[in-house]
Amino acid sequence: MRTTPAGPADGAGPATPSQPVVEMSGITIEFPGVKALQAVDLRLFPGEVHALMGENGAGKSTLIKALTGVYSYDSGTVTVGGTERSFSSPAEAQAAGISTVYQEVNLCPNLSVTENIVLGREPRRRGHIDRRASRTRARAVLARLHLDVDPDSTLGTHPIAVQQLVAIARAVDTDCRVLVLDEPTSSLDAGEVAELFRVIRALRDSGVAILFVSHFLDQVYEISDRMTVLRNGQLVGEHRTADLPRLQLVQEMIGRELATLEDLERAAANPVPTDAVPRLSGRGLGRTGALAPVDLDVHAGRVVGLAGLLGSGRTELTRLLFGADRATSGELRMDGRPVRLRSPRQAIAHRIAFSSEDRKAEGVVGDLTVRDNLLLALQARRGWLRPIPRRTGDELVAKYMAALDVRPADPDALLRNLSGGNQQKVLLARWLLTEPRLLLLDEPTRGIDIGAKAQIQQLVAQLASDGMSVVFVSAELEEVVRICDQVVVLRDRQKVAELDGATSSVDDVVDLIARGGRS
Amino acid sequence: MTVSDTRPTAPDPAAPPPAGPGGRRPWQTWLRSTTTGSRTFSVLVTGVLLVVLFGTGSARYENFGSPQVALNLLVDNAHLVVLAVGMTFVILTGGIDLSSGAVVALSTVIAASLLEAGWPAPVAIAVVLATGALLGWLMGAAVHHLQLQPFIVTLAGMFLARGLCFVISVPSIPIRDPFFQSMAQDVVELPGNTFLTYSVFIALAVLVAAVWVLHRTRFGRTVYAIGGNESSAALMGLAVGRTKVGVYVISGTLSALAGLLFTFYMLSGYSLHAIGMELDAIAAVVIGGTLLTGGAGYVVGSLLGVLVLGTIQALISFDGGLSSWWTKITVGVLLLVFVVVQRLTTRRARPGT
Ligand SMILES: Nc1ncnc2c1ncn2[C@@H]1O[C@H](COP(=O)(O)OP(=O)(O)OP(=O)(O)O)[C@@H](O)[C@H]1O
Ligand SMILES: [Mg+2]
Repeated sequence: MRTTPAGPADGAGPATPSQPVVEMSGITIEFPGVKALQAVDLRLFPGEVHALMGENGAGKSTLIKALTGVYSYDSGTVTVGGTERSFSSPAEAQAAGISTVYQEVNLCPNLSVTENIVLGREPRRRGHIDRRASRTRARAVLARLHLDVDPDSTLGTHPIAVQQLVAIARAVDTDCRVLVLDEPTSSLDAGEVAELFRVIRALRDSGVAILFVSHFLDQVYEISDRMTVLRNGQLVGEHRTADLPRLQLVQEMIGRELATLEDLERAAANPVPTDAVPRLSGRGLGRTGALAPVDLDVHAGRVVGLAGLLGSGRTELTRLLFGADRATSGELRMDGRPVRLRSPRQAIAHRIAFSSEDRKAEGVVGDLTVRDNLLLALQARRGWLRPIPRRTGDELVAKYMAALDVRPADPDALLRNLSGGNQQKVLLARWLLTEPRLLLLDEPTRGIDIGAKAQIQQLVAQLASDGMSVVFVSAELEEVVRICDQVVVLRDRQKVAELDGATSSVDDVVDLIARGGRS
Repeated sequence: MTVSDTRPTAPDPAAPPPAGPGGRRPWQTWLRSTTTGSRTFSVLVTGVLLVVLFGTGSARYENFGSPQVALNLLVDNAHLVVLAVGMTFVILTGGIDLSSGAVVALSTVIAASLLEAGWPAPVAIAVVLATGALLGWLMGAAVHHLQLQPFIVTLAGMFLARGLCFVISVPSIPIRDPFFQSMAQDVVELPGNTFLTYSVFIALAVLVAAVWVLHRTRFGRTVYAIGGNESSAALMGLAVGRTKVGVYVISGTLSALAGLLFTFYMLSGYSLHAIGMELDAIAAVVIGGTLLTGGAGYVVGSLLGVLVLGTIQALISFDGGLSSWWTKITVGVLLLVFVVVQRLTTRRARPGT
């Protein structure tokens, strides 16, 4: 199953590793009302990539934070390099050689890329920070990741994927013996993942122990040597990747057999309306510097995918459709009538909804409950003077929490205490609940486990067949091709092609993205 | 209706964008980076404003343009420069220090009463600075360890310091200490028949030190990081706690130093000195382009902010006919304009995918 390229160092990975560098045993963490971890063990060996697997809310991030001193644990022991340690802050863990990229991008958007990479360990000369050396070091590590960004640019001006890569660059910039990556690939596209894996392999071969979390099984099987599976905060087992068939892994993760994704047949594919007026129709829609003019039709009941690499203009186009940025050219019609979207408010008034890719900055409100977060958009649409009746609200909340399997199933939990994937589900449900006429989804399944992903895809298909129009953006092309009726391929901020979802394959899309089509 | 070509040169879709990331024109890239990427733009605006104000004064009033009037801006506001520098540290972390004006008053009172009691000047100065540092440390510790709102903590600090002034002495205490007198009266002659006081040099030295600390030390970069995103800074393994406490200690110490400079200027210790001075400092910091939410700004901007305030004051006193309340009104209007300008120019740059 492993598809590691042949190389001299490959296969030299230790077959019977000597001594784990990190050994966690019997780790138990209880949050008020939630047993996040119950007696979980984890061993990380030098020169091995270890995948930590489990559904959303299984406890992966919590285990990582227990290791790196963010959370203290109620019982259990952590041994690093043979001695028992208990870190009380991330700084201590870092000093002990454990370098971590947490699930949400945790950097400072106001500082430059260079600063984010070297912060806290800046090279110094004669008592002060040596900026030239900092920049050189940042350049070097960015080059290692083949990441072409200006080290002096402000981090916050870059898209999430670049920020994620910078966070990774920061983590690999140190001489670490343990590298922890919590869903590092959730917003990366295939090329970037390949670069990352190259770096991971190089580190592994130099003896670093790597802990890797991802919901993409292909990636996990490609990169990992060993897996630990968690379910509901409990340890299910540790396996060598080579000995664990996918089906068994999925079973261990979800505790039952998965009705496979293939069940989601494209029987749902909706017929092409021939004469109907499109629900949304853009002609020559563009924005100087962001997107060359694009024509786009979205009919009622259709799911239109936007495919393209990072920086191809996917997000820009959705932002134009939501009025978050103003178009500088072209016109937009809804149901044949011209509309001008100058602000998201106007878009919402036209019953357009937008689920943002940057959930941390633009989406969820951590200090509100799940219930409040869910009802936020609906309430905003009704106007604040007309409160949603308690009963209706409860019903809606219950319905969508069940539909998306939000865990814990407690509407009064604070959102920030939910696992990353569950937060994403809440954000998505918030918009679904408003029953928009046009739903714009930017990376809606980011960080969501395979089971829930299938549910969400099914739900989107269902909503479409009920008459909603959906624009679906995802870096995961399989997903785009699987659920979209129509795929618009973007490249270099231009539309290069439009494909029929039912008859095209991922390879067609990849091909167009790579070649750019003939326009 | 169609602006199809977004590029300056002949469109060749295969060719790489000629300029800037994403094929923007160079000036667009520049504008983007100056308006959103860095705060230099705001500082620039403040600098231009200062020149315009000063130019207006020179054009309207005789003698306004003389070099000494310009230097007097520094002479009369040296204490405010120091205060604003301390405030900048705190605001950069996203906090605020409302106690600094009261600490200035407390410093004048402590200094005057100690000197009156016959203590030597260096000891009195040391006690004043230590008091400021201690107050700052107490407030910083409360903010960090008890996780209280900086606004509330420093408001309490303000009442405490102001109250202590009255405990020490209600009436104003004049100062006759020779060292303080000489600091008040001696000047450094400069070419062109102009002069500066020693306080100005102290203030400028503080400014230079602050620039160095903020931009060239880990402590300084951590200050910015905390203002950018505190929880990220903690996860990045930065010394968040130490730095947060540190900025309040710095602000407290610099407030005490500002108090000393103010004592040199007034030659008296009085509980009702420096009422509302912390707000002048905050205004200067904001006019200087620092974001109240933290993470962005420069101390040099704060210096310019102080000079802008000083120039307005000078304009109004030159006019003679205007009541000094016009200073407040003008500052109020300016503050509003600046916050609006900041809002317009720093709309978060949209990252694109
Ligand atoms: N600070 C907290 N307070 C209360 N509950 C928490 C807290 N942090 C996590 N939890 C709960 O602990 C459980 C495990 O969460 P965790 O974030 O570790 O999941 P995860 O495996 O990383 O999931 P995902 O794949 O979605 O990231 C979840 O039920 C979550 O709601
Ligand atoms: Mg997680």
